[in-house]
Amino acid sequence: MKYQSQAVAKPYFAFAILLFIGQIVFGLILGTQYIIGDFLFPEIPFNVARMVHTNLLIVWLLCGFMGATYYLVPEETQCELFSPKLAWILFWAYAIAGTLTIIGYLSVPYATLAEITGNDILPTMGREFLEQPTITKVGIVIVALGFLFNVGMTILRGRKTVINMVLITGLLGLAVFFLFSFYNPSSLTLDKYFWWWVVHLWVEGVWELILGSILAFILIKTTGVDREVVEKWLYLIIGMALISGILGTGHHYFYIGTPDYWLWIGSVFSAIEPLPFFMMMVFAFSMIKQRRREHPNKAAMTWASACTIMAFLGAGVWGFIHTLAPVNYYTHGSQITAAHGHLAFFGAYVMIVLAIISFAWPQLNGRQSNSPAAQKVEIASIWVMCLSMLAITLLLTAAGVIQVMQQRVPADGIAIGFMATQDLIVPVYWARLVAGMAFTVGVFMYLASFLVAGRTRDQAPALAANA
Amino acid sequence: MSERFTKGMARNIYYGGGAFFFLLFVALTFDTVTVLPKRENRDQLTAQVAHGKALWEENNCIGCHTLLGEGAYFAPELGNVFKRRGMENEAVFKAYFSAWLKAMPTGVEGRRQMPQFHLNDEELNDLAEFLIWTSRINTNDWPPGIEG
Repeated sequence: MKYQSQAVAKPYFAFAILLFIGQIVFGLILGTQYIIGDFLFPEIPFNVARMVHTNLLIVWLLCGFMGATYYLVPEETQCELFSPKLAWILFWAYAIAGTLTIIGYLSVPYATLAEITGNDILPTMGREFLEQPTITKVGIVIVALGFLFNVGMTILRGRKTVINMVLITGLLGLAVFFLFSFYNPSSLTLDKYFWWWVVHLWVEGVWELILGSILAFILIKTTGVDREVVEKWLYLIIGMALISGILGTGHHYFYIGTPDYWLWIGSVFSAIEPLPFFMMMVFAFSMIKQRRREHPNKAAMTWASACTIMAFLGAGVWGFIHTLAPVNYYTHGSQITAAHGHLAFFGAYVMIVLAIISFAWPQLNGRQSNSPAAQKVEIASIWVMCLSMLAITLLLTAAGVIQVMQQRVPADGIAIGFMATQDLIVPVYWARLVAGMAFTVGVFMYLASFLVAGRTRDQAPALAANA
Repeated sequence: MSERFTKGMARNIYYGGGAFFFLLFVALTFDTVTVLPKRENRDQLTAQVAHGKALWEENNCIGCHTLLGEGAYFAPELGNVFKRRGMENEAVFKAYFSAWLKAMPTGVEGRRQMPQFHLNDEELNDLAEFLIWTSRINTNDWPPGIEG
């Protein structure tokens, strides 16, 4: 750690990991409810558990992005953060608002939550992933504005690198597109159309800028490859991400009431979406091959390189398999979508946040990396998490194929109903739950690596002058 | 990468490509927004339908069901439930729909349970109106079959 103010990243990272654990717990509940339908009913109905699972994911990833930004912006700009105090205030505002929202989800029926938070004044609730009460959304906007102000002022004062410029562009885009969550017309198709401006333009648009810049930062630091080379790659990758991803939004506009030209536009452009992820993989591995130093943090490099593979598989390959309109006609809204969602979010965004935490956390604690013993546990946890998430993905894909073959492909009268199909899939759901438990083991191993790191901190390489 | 391909060129692809395709996207959005009223029959979007949509949201129906293929995959698609359960007859559907929601949860052990939402008759009617209206949206012939 070169700059004192980088330390504000710590609470963000710690809180992110805490919420990650919560997300996994609710994932296990959901996996169980798919098999034992009335599990925890009526205390935690499926819709509540799902809302907690997905909202925790979004909240902890955003928390991780903010932590990553506070960590890397001082190093990139070569100056202290504009206001560490503001970063701390915003942390508490974010953490308290987030916690209260989750408590709200779990303690009262959703309709009651909508009523007591005044949803009728400005109705924004009850849409997938945007279930937060309107006041929480306002809170998110305020925190985002404060955060962007703090980071923006820091960048204005300091060195402007491609990495911090791309990062701030991505973060600005994140904030701007979130504003569409306040637009909720009574027309369902208009609502859905602009809902994707938040959801798709986040994860297949501006978030890729954030992902690319964090990855580029880690690669520069760990491989020592010339910044010019890394920056050229970064521009090319995010350029392709936007060229394919913006019109790629069209793959959500096939069957929701939007005009039929989207069938073509969405298919063609989203078919190119795997390309930037493929390039990211080539980028990471060629930088590592051309490395000019041996950084002691092998765990962080494993996270970063594995992130590009899993992102390519999840966002690229699993996106492609159901993105062409004629295929999507049968797979739209099936477990295939769930399979893609799990691997893409894990590979691209979960892994990049865990990669930057892995890189930054030892440095924030005065070490260049964790001890070899701690890294061994951490790398093992990466394998367990990646392999179990792949298993979850394959099993959900199998579930989706059964759904398509039984419920969608056969003619009316022969096709079987939704619930009857679900009964057929139960054995697959059992296997998925086992894979989910294996993933949980991976999470515990990851947490254990922090304990090992603490216990063996005397064997860790001290923060060198060049760190 | 070859030296001939410079950072400047990569930067131009990013800014140029990003800006061009975003503007194209905005232009297509204008066109889409213009034709949507016809495709969704906005002239039939009554106050009851709008109220139904609000009820749909306030009770987080999307947390279990899909609507036009979007949502959660725990419970059946409802974009075509008017056709599947109401045989496209409004009176039949409303009677069925109201009885169904009042009977929830079934309490059958081990089965997926739908919560009791305590909707009154007016609310049940408006929610049904919303689903009826939704089923008439031109969705490019999706879903493939009646089972959703």
